[in-house]
Amino acid sequence: MARVVVDVMLKPEILDPQGRAVEGSLRRLGLTGVNDVRQGKQFIIDLDGVVEGARLELLETLAAELLSNPVIEDYKLKVIEDPA
Amino acid sequence: MSVRVGVVTFPGSLDDRDAARAVRIAGGQAVALWHGDDDLRNVDAVILPGGFSYGDYLRCGAIARFAPVMRSIIERASAGMPLLGICNGFQILCESQLLPGALTRNDSLHFICRDQRLRVENTSSAWTSGFMSGQEIVIPLKNGEGGYVADERTLDALEAEGRVVARYLEVNPNGSRRDIAGITNERGNVVGLMPHPEHAVEPLTGPTTDGTPFFTSVLKSLVSA
Repeated sequence: MARVVVDVMLKPEILDPQGRAVEGSLRRLGLTGVNDVRQGKQFIIDLDGVVEGARLELLETLAAELLSNPVIEDYKLKVIEDPA
Repeated sequence: MSVRVGVVTFPGSLDDRDAARAVRIAGGQAVALWHGDDDLRNVDAVILPGGFSYGDYLRCGAIARFAPVMRSIIERASAGMPLLGICNGFQILCESQLLPGALTRNDSLHFICRDQRLRVENTSSAWTSGFMSGQEIVIPLKNGEGGYVADERTLDALEAEGRVVARYLEVNPNGSRRDIAGITNERGNVVGLMPHPEHAVEPLTGPTTDGTPFFTSVLKSLVSA
């Protein structure tokens, strides 16, 4: 068993209107000192077996080409072997 | 024999019927194409219509890009077949990397639906040769994620090569960089457009008939080819 976690965020230079709307709400609800809010996505992929070699390479490719759009987004991929 | 223009239906496509009707009004033969079938039925050109393919899940157009029909379309378009993506179709073209850049959430966060004034700036593409350079038109616009973005170098290249097909006038409805409403590839056969020319082909249902030349242009370019 393995778990692959892929975090996808808009690149810093891309405007994030959703994050900005959330930022406004946080302020209205009394949170002080808010500098910036960015909203992203997280994919949690549970797999049988181990994640290495060609399978890890395929996961990297899929994270770069399907789960994120390289024009506007960055991704981070993390493998957790034997998730509890 | 009339020119055959395929219109793809994905799960969640909305404007496939209108696009097919626009093709017929322009004098072409509209051919229905199905997302799950890679057979293009001998069409001469293809339109990817507006809507919400695959529910806009993941990102707009991100899943449609991998549909079986897209394999054949990307192959043919790379060889020069005229291909027009409208709204969601434009998003699919960017996700497929047939066109540079990406479409992002409107800067206002609102879904915008309005009759939009545009200036047609490129009249050499397969889909815009019937316009006069600088011609102003009004056609419907309706999108939630229509903000065109690309890095500065790409934007500069698009401008320098005359690949901005149409620009928003009066109002930039969605935060698109440099007011870009539509672009074309280097060859001029692939065009992506955020507003909807297929909704402006009849006086009864559209604000104008300014959308018609997009469809007559491609028929003409194919007949003369």
